[in-house]
Amino acid sequence: MEVKKDLLYTNDHEWVKVEGDKAYIGITDYAQNSLGEIVYVELPEIGDEFNAGDVFSVIESVKAASDSYLPVSGKVVEVNEELSDSPELINEDPYGNWIVVVELTDKSELDKLMSAEEYEEFCSKEG
Amino acid sequence: MHRYLPHTEADEKLMLESIGAQSIDDLFNDIPENLRLNRKLDLPEPMSEMELVSHMKDLSTANKSIDELVCFLGAGAYDHYIPSIVKHLAMRSEFYTAYTPYQPEISQGTLQAIFEYQTMICNLTGMDVSNASMYDGATACVEAAMMAVESTRRDSVVVSSTVHPEVREVLKSYMKFRDVKVIEVDMADGVTDWEKLKALMGKDIAGVIIQNPNFFGIIEDLTDIEKIVHENKSLLISYVDPISLGIIKSPSEYGADIVIGEGQSLGNSLNYGGPYLGFLATTSKLMRKMPGRIVGQSNDVDGKRAFVLTLQAREQHIRRYKATSNICSNQGLNALIAAIYMITMGKKGLREVAVQSTQKAHYALEQLTKTGKFKPLFNKPFFKEFAITGSVESKKVNSELLKHNILGGYELEKDYPELKNSLLLCVTEKRTKKQIDKLAEVMEVI
Amino acid sequence: MKDYNKLIFEISKEGRIAYSLPPCDVDEKELNTLIPDSFLRSEDVDLPEVSEVDVVRHFTNISNKNYGVDTGFYPLGSCTMKYNPKINEDMANLSGFSNLHPYQPEDTVQGALELMYHLDQMLSEITGMERVSLQPAAGAHGELAGLMIIKAYHESRGDNKRNKIIVPDSAHGTNPASAAVAGFEIIEIESDKNGAVDLDKLKEVLNDEIAGLMLTNPSTLGLFEKNIKEIADLVHEAGGLLYYDGANTNAIMGIARPGDMGFDVIHLNLHKTFSTPHGGGGPGSGPIGVRKDLVKFLPVPVVEKQGDKYVLDYDRPESIGKIKSFYGHFGVAIKAYSYILSMGAEGLKKVSEKAVLNANYVMNKLKDHYYLPIDQVCKHEFVLGGLINKENNISTLDVAKRLLDYGYHPPTVYFPLIVSEAIMIEPTETESKETLDGFIDTMIKIAQEADENPELLKSAPHNTPVRRIDEAKAARNLILKWEKNK
Repeated sequence: MEVKKDLLYTNDHEWVKVEGDKAYIGITDYAQNSLGEIVYVELPEIGDEFNAGDVFSVIESVKAASDSYLPVSGKVVEVNEELSDSPELINEDPYGNWIVVVELTDKSELDKLMSAEEYEEFCSKEG
Repeated sequence: MHRYLPHTEADEKLMLESIGAQSIDDLFNDIPENLRLNRKLDLPEPMSEMELVSHMKDLSTANKSIDELVCFLGAGAYDHYIPSIVKHLAMRSEFYTAYTPYQPEISQGTLQAIFEYQTMICNLTGMDVSNASMYDGATACVEAAMMAVESTRRDSVVVSSTVHPEVREVLKSYMKFRDVKVIEVDMADGVTDWEKLKALMGKDIAGVIIQNPNFFGIIEDLTDIEKIVHENKSLLISYVDPISLGIIKSPSEYGADIVIGEGQSLGNSLNYGGPYLGFLATTSKLMRKMPGRIVGQSNDVDGKRAFVLTLQAREQHIRRYKATSNICSNQGLNALIAAIYMITMGKKGLREVAVQSTQKAHYALEQLTKTGKFKPLFNKPFFKEFAITGSVESKKVNSELLKHNILGGYELEKDYPELKNSLLLCVTEKRTKKQIDKLAEVMEVI
Repeated sequence: MKDYNKLIFEISKEGRIAYSLPPCDVDEKELNTLIPDSFLRSEDVDLPEVSEVDVVRHFTNISNKNYGVDTGFYPLGSCTMKYNPKINEDMANLSGFSNLHPYQPEDTVQGALELMYHLDQMLSEITGMERVSLQPAAGAHGELAGLMIIKAYHESRGDNKRNKIIVPDSAHGTNPASAAVAGFEIIEIESDKNGAVDLDKLKEVLNDEIAGLMLTNPSTLGLFEKNIKEIADLVHEAGGLLYYDGANTNAIMGIARPGDMGFDVIHLNLHKTFSTPHGGGGPGSGPIGVRKDLVKFLPVPVVEKQGDKYVLDYDRPESIGKIKSFYGHFGVAIKAYSYILSMGAEGLKKVSEKAVLNANYVMNKLKDHYYLPIDQVCKHEFVLGGLINKENNISTLDVAKRLLDYGYHPPTVYFPLIVSEAIMIEPTETESKETLDGFIDTMIKIAQEADENPELLKSAPHNTPVRRIDEAKAARNLILKWEKNK
């Protein structure tokens, strides 16, 4: 299982990459692996506003459907339209294929997220 | 011994030994004594096949079926002709003794039949996608309403009072539990009052349900309604009679977003109300909000075309309480029957059934109203059903007709108290000129 | 035959027909003088054009790619795939039943109403409930109706805060889904190590917001819930009701009754316990039964007997209303009624006894080769946790697919969710010792193959009409209907 060093993580297996006021959000290698072959990604609309912990996307695999929770509050400024046609991109490269970009409302929320090391330890406990 | 239970005493003994139990009772030791029934169930003595047949014949002949009666009754369940091969093929036990096709490798028969059913429902309605069927027309309507609520995130639905009364009732029973408001819009001369509809529209309205042909058999003009509904960003839900689509415009042509209906008339026997099937078709845009099973095409590891249940992640066995609906079956056998019927009638046959029903219904109305004793209740174009009114109580008309072995119309007063002495009659392609003339003759002297 | 690979649309040829109708014998008018052109379609519906023989061969050929109970052993756990007696089909097809219009006057359908009334009484006796409604179309529909009754009951007492339903984590997926559709919040409780309700965990969640608890007994692990009386008392003391999911009734007929265990509302699956065929996914029938003080909430109409006459009673002001058109799946009810009459009280008890005998027999023979998480007497079904030898990474799915090669329908797999790699086997009572022995030998052989030739299992099935199907492709690249030139 791959964990990227420079990202932040949640215990729902999302990753966050911060660039200025913006955050790129996707799901981790661990998440894509446990979901199996991803067949559909339900994307939010640009302009949608969410609080931290809100469901912003539903990811469906052949045998499962999983809600994705937004790790931080913010407004959606970009969605990865490529995933509509090729949801399998997440399986192929979970860190290369973000789902949404949000404009952060409260940067201090980032402090609650896990570092790569913490996340790695978290996953090992989950087995 | 019983004919359905193959165990001999010797088998039972060997099996108990192998388990390490002394008796069958040992196998039930885990049921606490105070919960045991410890008496025989109070049920009739078991019957041999001969006794059963005799008993059931007594019961069935206590009914008067439409084999004995000439049926002019419709109102949501229809006496259309069912070709002989429909039952022969649907009763192949490879189909009807199978479970849901969860093992696609050995369920290609069921899966392909559903795929063909879905295709024909799409062609009939003009919609992009169809599911594998629902319990009946009324519950399909409920599911369509919930689709509208969920996709628009609004909390009210409007239903025309020209929609089948039972469908409206079922809708209300369900929506009460979902905190969805059901608003009925009045009719004017037998059709949805579009001006009143317009006044009702607002940001809370998720969808508008219109039946077409409506409960009175009238073909509704949806041109204005469609504009009103879509300008309000609500969904247009169209409840249709599949046979009517042999000649009437498909709902997609007038802008329906979800099309539903009762599929009984596609080859299913009347069965005193069930089992039937509901159909549900929609646009690609709403596809993922569609409840129920759906079959898709794929291929196997050798590249051979194969069918499989798909979009399953929406369903209850995976999503549990987040599922789009709690429905976990379709009406597999009834959908199979509908598919065989549509194929057997084919392009020309479906049209002819619809044309003959129309011709005969219009002939019947003419005959029934020619002396003025009865007159049409509404003055609107209709398909195979029409309402008439006169000075005689409709209950009396029906009981007189029954004396002549004619099953009369639906008494409209039951659901529309203002429509006194009014009957809704149905004429399918099965009725002959002679039967219609007899109906008119008997009614003339009541 | 198994190579037949045509869709009906692909054998369609312009001009062919498979129907015949008499000529229209009334004076025909131009269609557009009866119905304005603006309402008429300009082109005929694109349906196939085939001959009658085409239709017959097509469906005969595709039926050969199906597996039913009539084909062979079908130990699909939780689904009770017992033999579907042929005579029941004949009875349902009697014209005096199948050709009745739902709106016929009551005087002309007395036989049908009598049958429904008696079936209600028989099912009430079997389950220990006061009355049974035949309205629900299927198990999930029964659950929904039952939950609506539970809600109506609390509301009728002015107790409006009870908006939560407790569901064990071993429950069928429909339980939580139905509760959600009925507008409840779901509280899932973890089962104990034997798959039973954990009384302490139950106590923790019981309070005055709980409307009820949904349970199957025997549980989805096929084990009798011994503490059922205590569970019932706890739920009742907290003011909730107990709902019985009747999926597993085949284990207890004539032996114990949900009504006596303290259940207040139940549903049955006529298509499981009472031998009506599953129809390739329906129609089922999911009657609901209730205790005495809940009868008033049953959906309308209820069949009542007034003197010698049977009537449909709609005048029930506290009813949850109509939940389906007409009166339920009457055609299915006829078959269940015929079945109960064929079995009688003794017969039904034997059904449960033999169902339990068969399950225990198979379980004991397989437990040395497959992991049995809970080794105790089971009821009508049991759950294995995959192969004991996990070395070759052979999954439950592989075992199931290999069974197809040997001509068996696999058991239910990956359910219940609380057992990993679950294989849920329900042999049913209509299977002989010889059939069971054949299946047992095959399961053991597959376990050996898993050790010796794992690739054989991983690539199974090999001799079915189609082999493993690319489900991801089906879901990513959706083809949901046939289109010309595609």
